[in-house]
Amino acid sequence: MNVKLLCALIWFPFAVAAQGFAGLGTSVEDFAVPRPGKVFDFPTDDGPHPDYRIEWWYLTANLRADDGTDYGLQWTLFRTALSPDKGEGWDSPQLWMGHAAVTTPDAHFVTERLARGGIGQAGVIADPFAAWIDDWAFEGLDADARLRATGPDFAYDMALSATGPRVFHGDAGYSVKSAQGQASYYFSQPFFDVTGTLKLPDGEVAVTGSAWLDREWSSQPLAADQTGWDWFSLSFDDGAKLMGFQLRGAQTYTQATLIMPDGETTAFPNGAFNAEPLEVTAAAGRQVPTTWQMTLPDIDLEATVTAINPQSWMDTSVPYWEGPVRITGSHTGRGYLEMTGYD
Amino acid sequence: MSLTILSALFGHWRRNPLQLFTLLAGLALATALWSGVQAINAEARASYDAASATLGDAQFDRLVRRDGQPIEQDTYIDLRRAGWLVSPVIEGRMNGARLVGLDPLAAPAGITPIAPENGQDLQDFMAGGGQIIAAPDVQIADAMTDPNIAPGTAFADIGLVQTLLDRRGELDALIILPDQPIIQTPVTQIAPQLSVQVAQDGSEIGRLTDSFHLNLTAFGLLSFAVGIFIVHGAIGLAFEQRRGTVRTLRALGAPLRLLMALIGIELLVLAIIAGAIGVGLGYVIAGLLLPDVAATLRGLYGADVTGTLQLRPIWWVSGMAIAVGGTAIAGAQALWSLSRTPLLSGAHARAQSVMTGRGAWVSVIVGVALLMIACILAFVADGVVSGFALLGALLVGAALLLPFVLRVLLQLAEGRAKGVVAAWFWADTRQQLPGLSLALMALLLAMAANVGVSTMVSSFRLTFVEFLDQRLAPELYVTTDTAAQAGLFEAYVTPKADAVLPIVLTDVTIQGRATELFGARDHATYRDNWGFLAAADDAWDAVHEGRAILINEQLARGADIGIGDSVQVGANAYDVVGIYGDYGNPIGQAIMGEVSFATQFPDANALRFGVRIAPDQVGDLRQALETELAIRPDAMINQAAIKAYSLAIFDRTFTVTTALNILTLAVAGFAILMSLLTLTSMRVPQLAPVWAMGLTRGALGRLELVRTVMLAVLTGLLALPLGLALAWVLLAVVNVAAFGWRLPMYVFPWDYAALGGFAVLAAMGAALWPAVRLARTPPADLLKVFANER
Repeated sequence: MNVKLLCALIWFPFAVAAQGFAGLGTSVEDFAVPRPGKVFDFPTDDGPHPDYRIEWWYLTANLRADDGTDYGLQWTLFRTALSPDKGEGWDSPQLWMGHAAVTTPDAHFVTERLARGGIGQAGVIADPFAAWIDDWAFEGLDADARLRATGPDFAYDMALSATGPRVFHGDAGYSVKSAQGQASYYFSQPFFDVTGTLKLPDGEVAVTGSAWLDREWSSQPLAADQTGWDWFSLSFDDGAKLMGFQLRGAQTYTQATLIMPDGETTAFPNGAFNAEPLEVTAAAGRQVPTTWQMTLPDIDLEATVTAINPQSWMDTSVPYWEGPVRITGSHTGRGYLEMTGYD
Repeated sequence: MSLTILSALFGHWRRNPLQLFTLLAGLALATALWSGVQAINAEARASYDAASATLGDAQFDRLVRRDGQPIEQDTYIDLRRAGWLVSPVIEGRMNGARLVGLDPLAAPAGITPIAPENGQDLQDFMAGGGQIIAAPDVQIADAMTDPNIAPGTAFADIGLVQTLLDRRGELDALIILPDQPIIQTPVTQIAPQLSVQVAQDGSEIGRLTDSFHLNLTAFGLLSFAVGIFIVHGAIGLAFEQRRGTVRTLRALGAPLRLLMALIGIELLVLAIIAGAIGVGLGYVIAGLLLPDVAATLRGLYGADVTGTLQLRPIWWVSGMAIAVGGTAIAGAQALWSLSRTPLLSGAHARAQSVMTGRGAWVSVIVGVALLMIACILAFVADGVVSGFALLGALLVGAALLLPFVLRVLLQLAEGRAKGVVAAWFWADTRQQLPGLSLALMALLLAMAANVGVSTMVSSFRLTFVEFLDQRLAPELYVTTDTAAQAGLFEAYVTPKADAVLPIVLTDVTIQGRATELFGARDHATYRDNWGFLAAADDAWDAVHEGRAILINEQLARGADIGIGDSVQVGANAYDVVGIYGDYGNPIGQAIMGEVSFATQFPDANALRFGVRIAPDQVGDLRQALETELAIRPDAMINQAAIKAYSLAIFDRTFTVTTALNILTLAVAGFAILMSLLTLTSMRVPQLAPVWAMGLTRGALGRLELVRTVMLAVLTGLLALPLGLALAWVLLAVVNVAAFGWRLPMYVFPWDYAALGGFAVLAAMGAALWPAVRLARTPPADLLKVFANER
């Protein structure tokens, strides 16, 4: 049978029911549910929260080589629980999925790993921080963090160093995702400096740049009618950063967080942030918007976001588009764009 | 009116239940033959796929422990964390079944049994729910069954199997996935206790199963052709028999169109009934033969093939298609000829003979055209499709020409006949020919198929035996794990054995084709045993002097290299001095002298060895190697064992083809019986005058028998060259197109003689009853001919 389908079915067992993107809109049953007013506790909250159905450690980086070429890098570890039970060894209901990618202006390398929890093949430890699946690893969150992944046609090994604090989205980390109140816990570490080496089919490339880690967990982050999202993490040349997303459904639902260079944040309510597709590209047989016009009147933002490589399609079990972007207009800079639900 | 006409038409069958029986039986037998072969084919393939998919034994390399002990689960995790994409497997027995545990997340595509479309849920499978998915023949309570799983096998999540077998933390093997990441720590650093077990695919034995299937496919095609002729014959005769009824109905005012439509409907109903019986019968045939097929494949794949049959919908479809489609083609022709028959001339069989006399010329022209196409295809056919087109053109062309050739032969015989009885005998035989011709065509095809297929199989077997002798000359084969062990092995065995022949190879590219290059030691084993399809003089001398190489047929054909051509291998150019047959190997192969190989490829080490030693010392040597050098028992293979095993497989193949051969003949015999039974009653007006002139009924019956046997013999003689041509196409065209190697053709005169004997027996068996009936025709019936009471 089709292994892709197989994986998708494992990963998001309800995906077939077409409830939201990849089953994220299915109901919670016995899992824990995010509530407002959570007091985050570190390093514990850097680690996994197995009571919740899904969770991710999502790192993207905008990199540049000495010759000025732009690169994008992705390292993601997803956790999903088949049930809230606490099984040991092979009986553990925890499943892990890793996605790694490197984007160049004319190529996009992607690879995926799947693993069972409970046997040591994949997992996350809060202190000292280590997240891994097979030989891929993300170790440390402070000054001397390290990140590596390999695939059949590429590999990378990066040194990371955090230069600012964690930032919390929504209501102090309680991020509402729909008018009906679906929500997740969501915080980021957008202040990583990165240096390292990309190993590509044409040879090794030394790169430097910045990385952004998203941490999010929930049990039912989307409403049943929400079919996908467009998510932006933008680093402006003036040192400020902006996280903005819109969830597409019966009604579009948007949220945004402005992050000042010192880590101070401003959250914007539904409707403040707006993103409109300007140009659509055929990627892997789908029509995907790869140039966007975005506005956030509160900060006089009126900028165009353009994909560095419009073909940054993630041909993984659950397919989506993820790649580096360039910002022009009222603000300039670099960032990352993720788009799901364009099936 | 329709009902009245229908009841009149049906009344014919009520009065002649035997004719109804022959029509239904003929159709059903043709369908049975076709669907039986299809069923065997489909089942064999399904089993074969399931077997090869089970654990991907044939597709993927695996890591196992050298000492055969279980692998610790921690070693698996260590390998994964070092970048090795390996997938864990544990195996054990439960309730007599092979219970396999795997991790569906890590397993390579295609070997996991979970099929969500069958209601199997990966979540239940993994989440400790205890789900077991098993082949239908496995007796495990609560297991979900899946016909796509190899027989005797059950799958469950690896954690569940570890618990069921009480082997927590243990694994038996790690499947190595095909796409590995670019950075990995070598396995030897992480788990030196493991060694790689190379996948068996592309192996000689594995490829031979393809030949087996080709064999069955060819049989399917031949049985199709035979079946179509039988259907055609049965329908044609049914029309012939009812000529009188139709004439009467038309004379009473039944419109021709309505009559034809009703006959069409009636035929359709009969075809559906007969088709259903035929598919059921085919199922029985397949069920009887399948254990042999299963045994063959079990030999090839070691215990994973089903011997039981499942009723797959495709057989119903293809079986009914043959019955209905064949009836439609035959019926359309018969209806057309009916519509053209003058209203008042339909009463006698003679009328149809004349009609078909005109049609006979069309048959001759089409037959000649088809044979010409076959001739052209014989030169230009280069693919499996054109190969089968050639087969089709040859068979159908020959069959269409058969009545004409027989008529010419009979005319010649008539010219030389002495005496009035003899002259009448030949003329009467010729007169009967149109009625018998379809049955004889079926006999021709059945016999040709027999000759062709048995020649192919027997040639294959002879070649294979020779090939085994050539390739498997060393008495013992030993695989060592490391270069160090190989060195120890050579030092240890050389003084004990007559010779140690290292099997050293490397992958090279010759004229753009991936090729396995072997370095051969200068030893009499090769000079004495190696057979060539073509070779220059002193080929081995040239090879060992380092100036020449030998190549296999696949490479020679693929890259169009001939003897004397010079090819570049690595840094040097070599003359090609020999081309050898390499049955079953999909890729190119070349042999170079050991010295010259070692100079060019110093890094290639021999890990496999052939040992020449007196056969009675093999056992002792194995023992010594196991205790002294710790070589695993499964790394040593006795030549005698391989040979016996391989030949057993072939002989199994024989059983099946022989059984099918006999069956085809029997069906053809039945076709003759039907035709004769029909003709007997119609021939009374022709026989009555002869009887009146003094030939006794007994003599008439004897002559009838002689006539049938004589026609069968003539047909058999014509079938022989056709069968040989068929074998040639199978061996030299279809096989080359399918596998890249040509099998030499051998002839087996005694087999053909025996076959001829069978055919005569079948014809005699078929003619006996009609002859007896004829001999017992009441004189009153014969007299009626003259009384104008018919």
